Amino acid sequence: MTKTVQVVDDVTVRFAGDSGDGMQLTGSQFTDTTAFVGNDLSTLPDFPAEIRAPAGSLSGVSGFQLHFGSGDIQTPGDSPDVLIAMNPAALKVNVKDLKPNATIIVNTNSFDTKNLKLAQYGTNPLEDGSLSGFNVIPVELTKLTMTALEDLSLSLKEKEKCKNFFALGLMYWMYNRPIDITLKWLESKFNSKPEVLEANQRVLRAGFNYGETTEIFTTRYDVKPAKLPKGIYRNVSGNEAVALGFIAASLRSGIPLFLGSYPITPASEILQELSKYKNYGVVTFQAEDEISGVASAIGAAFAGSLAITNTSGPGLSLKTESIGLAVMTELPLVIIDVQRGGPSTGLPTKTEQADLFQAMYGRHGEAPVVVLAAQSPADCFYISLEAAKIAIKFMTPVILLTDGYLAFGSEPLKISNFEELPEINVEFRTEKEGFFPYLRDENLVRPWAIPGTPGLEHRIGGLEKKDVIGNISYDPINHEIMVKNRKEKIDNVQKEIPDLIVDGEQEGELLILSWGSTYGAIKEAMRNLENTGHKVSHAHLRFINPFPKNLGDILKRFKNVLIPELNLGQMATLIRSTYLKEVLQFNKVQGQTFKVAEIENKIIEVLGGNNG
Amino acid sequence: MDNKINELVPEVKYTAKDFASDLDVKWCPGCGDYSILAQVQRTSPDFGEKRENMVWVSGIGCSSRFPYYMNTYGFHGIHGRAAAIATGVKLANPKLQVWVATGDGDMLSIGGNHFIHACRKNINMKILMFNNRIYGLTKGQYSPTSEKGMITKSSPYGTVDFPFNPIKLATGSGATFVARSLDRDPKHLQEVISKAAKHKGLAFIEVFQNCPIFNDGVYFPLTEKETKADNVIFLEHGKPLLFGANKDKGIKLDGLDPVIIDLNDGKHSVNDCWVHDEFDDNPTRVFLLARFTDISGFPTPIGVFRQFNKPTYDEEYVKQIAQIKEKKGVGTYEKLMLSNHTWEVN
Ligand code: SF4
Repeated sequence: MTKTVQVVDDVTVRFAGDSGDGMQLTGSQFTDTTAFVGNDLSTLPDFPAEIRAPAGSLSGVSGFQLHFGSGDIQTPGDSPDVLIAMNPAALKVNVKDLKPNATIIVNTNSFDTKNLKLAQYGTNPLEDGSLSGFNVIPVELTKLTMTALEDLSLSLKEKEKCKNFFALGLMYWMYNRPIDITLKWLESKFNSKPEVLEANQRVLRAGFNYGETTEIFTTRYDVKPAKLPKGIYRNVSGNEAVALGFIAASLRSGIPLFLGSYPITPASEILQELSKYKNYGVVTFQAEDEISGVASAIGAAFAGSLAITNTSGPGLSLKTESIGLAVMTELPLVIIDVQRGGPSTGLPTKTEQADLFQAMYGRHGEAPVVVLAAQSPADCFYISLEAAKIAIKFMTPVILLTDGYLAFGSEPLKISNFEELPEINVEFRTEKEGFFPYLRDENLVRPWAIPGTPGLEHRIGGLEKKDVIGNISYDPINHEIMVKNRKEKIDNVQKEIPDLIVDGEQEGELLILSWGSTYGAIKEAMRNLENTGHKVSHAHLRFINPFPKNLGDILKRFKNVLIPELNLGQMATLIRSTYLKEVLQFNKVQGQTFKVAEIENKIIEVLGGNNG
Repeated sequence: MDNKINELVPEVKYTAKDFASDLDVKWCPGCGDYSILAQVQRTSPDFGEKRENMVWVSGIGCSSRFPYYMNTYGFHGIHGRAAAIATGVKLANPKLQVWVATGDGDMLSIGGNHFIHACRKNINMKILMFNNRIYGLTKGQYSPTSEKGMITKSSPYGTVDFPFNPIKLATGSGATFVARSLDRDPKHLQEVISKAAKHKGLAFIEVFQNCPIFNDGVYFPLTEKETKADNVIFLEHGKPLLFGANKDKGIKLDGLDPVIIDLNDGKHSVNDCWVHDEFDDNPTRVFLLARFTDISGFPTPIGVFRQFNKPTYDEEYVKQIAQIKEKKGVGTYEKLMLSNHTWEVN
């Protein structure tokens, strides 16, 4: 039979199944292939907090969402157009997120009494009409997989495990993508297990052919390549990009990278990732606790390394005293905080932007640090370089905020040439003449004199030091001078950071001021609103302490400023107190990021429902 | 890892004075810390290390002011974190000789976790723990080594908790050099410090230190002339455990129980005594020795309880980096960025 081909601009697909169904793998294979055919894309996994929830249960559902298209893609998509549900629990958990009329591909073989019960379905949703608003495509995924593998000697369990590749093959057919990238990947993965390789490849092909031959699929979709800037790309998650960014910073600065770290969700991948790169001289010290993670990094900074520590909210709390020590000793240090839902253990696998105050103020005494926030998974790479550069240039701790959404989300990163990366100059002091540990340069930065340098033996520490000289000093006036020096030094970082750019009109009715991971959703919302003729501008902050120097001016040029953030208004409070400007808030604290539609609706509401 | 360092052993011969910083030493008059500082400064010239390659790290407490008085690189940290900071220094540049000056509160209470893990990992650094069994800098509260029942500012009716035995703790945690000395026995202290300086791996020295202000005389039975001989037993490798003014009392092992014997009783001779083996592979005897301080009437062992060699964390780390560099080739930016699946947009 003939099949129609429909061209679409963008599609959001969600693969969902049991933790053991290999959904993350299926999703990332689809992502690789999609990147390869030239679409822009953004992905987000959603996995349960429990490592091994009971099979078939609602809490064991694992999902992977991918948004791809021929235009500029900024988010993993509000609501899926297509859901692949490997079992009833996956259907139950995800059906509420779907677009009206969305396509649902279900593995009917898993809809037995036991699984329906585990998913807490009273009746079979495939039969009771509850899915009438969707385009349900029933596929006997398990059975078709087993049939394809009949003649192989693998165990039934091993055969059944291949069924995700049937679903993947089917999706490749549906979206007109080649299967050879995954075939090749399977080759490298299973080259020592020829029978498993054969099974997976066969099932992938079977899925693809099934789409081609069966009559239930009538339409294929074509998503044309996106017009991305020329260059070489790779797909990165935020955590991966942070790791790469700091290795690049180490190469750029010529000093070795030291990570002091303690495992914590959702930041552990940075430790895991960096621990692979020993041939880059990277030292990853998995410490006994969060405090040792940061304290060892401070020691490494003293000894001349590019020292970093990574954590999430609870760990940042544990590190605060030590960060104060790094402020006092004026050593370069980057603290990466992958924010998650808090307080306390909170929502460890979910996202939030509620550590901003902690990053800004969470220390005793006057202890200013530089605060940066990444805006997208790929930006995690570039902002890590910025963080390293500022820490070294200004001999200061820098807190780099990312979050769970950025950490696990992924998008293409355009790979810069080495020479295009920011320059990071390291000048260890070696000159004996005129050396004092707290002698400051024009930016009020003290010298970095590392152990091993003859003639510069000196002592630093947490006690207040005499200005310039660096000996212990309890003198009241000296203390005030030093407090002000440390503050002014951070203010001087403003010279280093770019002016804030306003997208859209440079003055007017409404400015959306955002920071961190909400960038993508706001960017997509702005584009949609622009297309419908709404007058609204947008500025996004990557540098939070200090703020870009033109921020005050920008704020003055707009009648209203709306700050959407995933907390109860922390950035809004900062802006109000810094610029005495009243701002409007838009807050969400649900462990999830904004949907594009939520931002659009809010802006339209603020504009008074006025269509421009 | 590649930080430049002067590899040569000093040609200039240092003296103790070269290790004194220009800062006035500000411990209370009579504090045992003065002696410890003096013995470290006296022995430092013989460590075979250039001054610029030595780093003293500390936490918080009276003892932790120590780095300020040493004319080496120094880092006065925050309470309890000395071992963690020192670990970072050592890993960042394994060629440095890293020392930690700390106290019983700093290292065994707030810093306990870092201490046991530094021992476990056998990080190549030396920890000099001044044990005065009291919190001095905060003015007289009991510490994790205060004797049960001790009356202090925070225990007016006596403590009800049991103290740590630091020798047992260090040994149990895997320290590869464990020793004890006395602030008021300069010669002995110098010997122990010099031995520790030569040890490769985590060296732990507990120094019994008098705090004349808040815990005066707690060690006098061990340090003063009249009583020392009967209360202290010097551990010397290959020598029998003897004590007393005339060395006529000894320790014999009866199964797993140490027993005090009288060499003049006609029944025992020096041949019955336990002979100390500093290099014993088995830590069991260290625990037996460490227990002496828990048994009333027993002399307190002083000296090196045990030293042995096993690979240090930092040398294993350096080795691993070298191996991976060998195997995968030294990393470059291009390899880094292009290692994973990439695609080109034209
Ligand atoms: S309080 Fe005790 S330990 Fe501290 S300096 Fe004074 S005498 Fe020494």
